[in-house]
Amino acid sequence: MNDKLIIAGKSYNSRLLVGTGKYKDFTETKAAVEASGAEIITIAIRRSNIGQSPNEPSLLEILPPSKYTLLPNTAGCYSAEDAVRTLRLARELLDGHSLVKLEVLGDPQSLYPNVIETIAAAKTLVADGFQVMVYTSDDPIVAKQLEDIGCVAIMPLASLIGSGMGILNPWNLQLIMERVQVPVIVDAGVGTASDAAIAMELGCAGVLMNTAIAGAQQPVLMASAMKQAVEAGRSAFLAGRMPKKLYSASPSSPTVGIIGSTRS
Amino acid sequence: MKVITVSINGAARQLPDSTDVATLIEEMGLTGKRIALERNGEIVPRSTFATQQLADGDRLEVVVAVGGG
Repeated sequence: MNDKLIIAGKSYNSRLLVGTGKYKDFTETKAAVEASGAEIITIAIRRSNIGQSPNEPSLLEILPPSKYTLLPNTAGCYSAEDAVRTLRLARELLDGHSLVKLEVLGDPQSLYPNVIETIAAAKTLVADGFQVMVYTSDDPIVAKQLEDIGCVAIMPLASLIGSGMGILNPWNLQLIMERVQVPVIVDAGVGTASDAAIAMELGCAGVLMNTAIAGAQQPVLMASAMKQAVEAGRSAFLAGRMPKKLYSASPSSPTVGIIGSTRS
Repeated sequence: MKVITVSINGAARQLPDSTDVATLIEEMGLTGKRIALERNGEIVPRSTFATQQLADGDRLEVVVAVGGG
């Protein structure tokens, strides 16, 4: 079946995007990413540790840009200016790579996105030639504005980052999908495989997650579960589910040819 | 010898006057590593490291890619 995820003109087989944070070591990171089947993986940009051993491997040696589409993100930024600076550094670091994840947070307790700063940063980045996949709230009006600015994917939260609370407002996700032409990818809030399947059944183009895998008791096994859940949910969406009804007057077995009763 | 003070990733550091970026990166053990450098808010392309001389009061950010969501 030819069912590709297309972002900014490039097609991907996997609709699961994964983060690379919170793993116990690079071995686990690599194993989980491989088990997830993800082709797009997010990375963070941070100050080089001056005391760090120069011989320590870097993340990009474990997960090379030749094999994965690296998606530098701006997690931890609380202003448009910091987010833009971070992604300009990322572009230099990755030799001109322009596909990025924009995320501007509003407060350190909830990690809720600051959509005002997000919109400002998106305008600057698009004008500067970046292809912006944007993390945002599940506000359909903001989502449409971000598309109009030129973002290449809209990535609303399902629930708060790292919460594992699942999809709290499927109705808003549907409102976004009805208004937006670019891929809508649920980013944040997925806790377990069924959450990912539900996002895909709703018609989302993909799911991005980190903590749901890295925070599982067995991250590599959960990565595999998420891969299957995203595939199952996508297939169910394409198949088109039966309508829900309170009861059915149409049993699955034939209503004729039932053997006669001995009671009359 | 004249000395300049620059901020590297938020920490003040004294360097000999006319130190260039490439020399600093070498001292930090980062030569050949995948890094990016910002000087006073502007990206310094890697290709220009050897020709950019640091000045007193410069604020540098030197970053790498790490795991993140």
